Amino acid sequence: MLPANAKVSLGNPGQLALRCSALVKRYAGVVAVDGLQLEVGLGECFGLLGPNGAGKTTTLEILEGLTIPDSGIVEVLGSRWGKGHDHTLRERLAVQLQETQFSERLTVLETICLFRSFYKYGRNPSDIIQLVELGEKSNSRVGKLSGGQKHRLALACALVNDPEVLFLDEPTTGLDPQAKLKVWELVGKFRSQGGTILLTTHYMEEAERLCDRVAIMDHGKIIALDTPDALVESLGADQIVEFSLEGSVDDRTLCQLPGVRSVNNCEGRYLLTVFHIGDALTALLSEVERHDAKLIGLTTHEASLEDVFVNLTGRRLRDA
Amino acid sequence: MPELGNNKIRDPKEQISSPSNFAPIDKTVAGVNRSHRFSQISSDHSMHPLLELTLARIREFVREPEAVFWVFVFPVLLAIALGIAFRNTGPMKIRVAVEVRTEVPRSIATQLMALLSHRNDIEAVLLSSEEAIRALQAGRVSLVLGNLQEPVVPERVARPDKIPPLHSWLEAVKVGDGFVYRYDSTRPESQVARLVVDDALQRALGRKDVAKVGDEEIVRLGARYIDFLIPGLIGLNLMGSGMWGLGFAVVQSRTRKLLKLLAATPMRRTHFLLSFMLSRLIFLVLEVAALVGFGWLAFRVSVHGSIFSLGMVSLVGAMTFASLGLLVAARPRTIEGVSGLMNLVMLPMWLLSGTFFSSSRFPEFLQPFIRMLPLTALNDALREIINEGLPLTSSLSEIAVMLVWGGVSFVLALRWFRWQ
Repeated sequence: MLPANAKVSLGNPGQLALRCSALVKRYAGVVAVDGLQLEVGLGECFGLLGPNGAGKTTTLEILEGLTIPDSGIVEVLGSRWGKGHDHTLRERLAVQLQETQFSERLTVLETICLFRSFYKYGRNPSDIIQLVELGEKSNSRVGKLSGGQKHRLALACALVNDPEVLFLDEPTTGLDPQAKLKVWELVGKFRSQGGTILLTTHYMEEAERLCDRVAIMDHGKIIALDTPDALVESLGADQIVEFSLEGSVDDRTLCQLPGVRSVNNCEGRYLLTVFHIGDALTALLSEVERHDAKLIGLTTHEASLEDVFVNLTGRRLRDA
Repeated sequence: MPELGNNKIRDPKEQISSPSNFAPIDKTVAGVNRSHRFSQISSDHSMHPLLELTLARIREFVREPEAVFWVFVFPVLLAIALGIAFRNTGPMKIRVAVEVRTEVPRSIATQLMALLSHRNDIEAVLLSSEEAIRALQAGRVSLVLGNLQEPVVPERVARPDKIPPLHSWLEAVKVGDGFVYRYDSTRPESQVARLVVDDALQRALGRKDVAKVGDEEIVRLGARYIDFLIPGLIGLNLMGSGMWGLGFAVVQSRTRKLLKLLAATPMRRTHFLLSFMLSRLIFLVLEVAALVGFGWLAFRVSVHGSIFSLGMVSLVGAMTFASLGLLVAARPRTIEGVSGLMNLVMLPMWLLSGTFFSSSRFPEFLQPFIRMLPLTALNDALREIINEGLPLTSSLSEIAVMLVWGGVSFVLALRWFRWQ
């Protein structure tokens, strides 16, 4: 699958917010980003999906102008970093980093006012506090906030300049489901008002829910790029059968079973991509019996981006 | 001022080198009417970033009780402790131990002690031989009066119940082996004790002075140890609070990735560093006032020079150490790392810069190096103003030393500062 060919642009077709090509970044001999090419349209929500160490954060930081790439071209809203426009460019962008801890001794309002002061134009701090639903916590110290509230404060500080492009690095990692939903709601609101978003995540659900397009990254490269639906569809299947075996059955035999498209073996756990669940299960059961093996922990689920990743890399996202 | 955002004017130069398919700068052209996004886009709601940053620094500091203690309370406690330890309440008492031996009636030693204690500059105690030596080693006494003789007087044989009078013992000393002073001759207070005790005993034995002398005591304020100490403590405190205060705050922001986030905003980097310097200005006034005020109230240490000069020198000193603190904190990624560097930078100044005792006690070859240290310059300038009452112009060389340190440190800090 060639990502460059799978050019599905949403939002404002033809108008790009972000572009990078042939991007390379090495850290002490390790290639973090390996010839990456990426185009994000204006008003689009674009997700970089991949395991830890895939190069997502490095890519994001290069686009944010925080990291200088070893080679390659980066254009953000038509400008390049380091050409003397950095200051004006930063006025139009918003950045939320993984695990930023704000000063615990300032209040929510003071923190937002501080960030507001860095921008020439922007929103009224009290409006933004209402937007992220921290109104009651306005005069509380940051140190007293819950994890979810701190995430929303980070979003508030990012949105205070009324940005055109919002960069989010794993915006919901470590949050409980309810806090996660609130962050998604805010991101959705920004998106619906025409903002461009580039986010990294290793949550499938997040990518499927928020992103117009998703690029799956592994080892510094994009290995697949499309809309979430198209990526899942590309598996040519709507079900995944997952199980372990006591005994052994040849992978190739499994692959030739009726209704099965492909087989992946992740450390003893089999993942069958099936297009006909009934045929596949019946065939699987008789095949296992024929081999005198025993099925353990059989589950089935609808195909998701997670399965796309497994199918592409043979590894799971979490342990990869 | 509603709807201002619609007219957001972006620098047209930004579009240089933008390919034709790139987004136009104004979002309304991009097909999204920006005015729908936010009801109010303002440019007049916020203060200058430098002011906001400085306010944040001040809030962070005053909301941390530990920091307030170390900067304001601790130096005053130190001044109290040292002021009491070295207070000048009349001439120092000479402490002497009178050795008690079993062969000698205890009453002799008791009377001898009373005789010495009669002089108000001597404080005598009775101790056994071992105790006396230990007291001497520990510095509790400066001199041991030992080898007391048995009085050989007829009264004792005739009337064993009668206490032998001191003068009969003293008579015995004249004809016997005398007694022994035990002391360490390298200790000045022991040498003084030797002279004073000997003088007391010899007079009691009948020695007469040959010349008539008179004593005239001169006590000058400004020449006591506490007068020397207070300016040193001000200097030390300006160094400590400047370096620790800034160093920790900067490195903590770095480990929390707050610096990285700030680097992603249009915040001017010089504003960030300057905010630390400015916040120091506020605390500088309080720090100096606390120590000067305490010195005056508790020990009558007065500022002989002008308050303006004191303020100027303190200001330059505080800025110097704030810059040095920024420089030390420019690179380290951890609190442990910055602590080590801080100690490395401050330790030589703690030792050499003449805070607790004059730096002139160090050997001659070290003096040019010591004079180049910023804390030496600050302490010297503070003493010239507080103790000697000299005008600011006489401290110009010290101020120059500090300005060079401060200026070079700030420029290097700005250049080497690690934001990530």
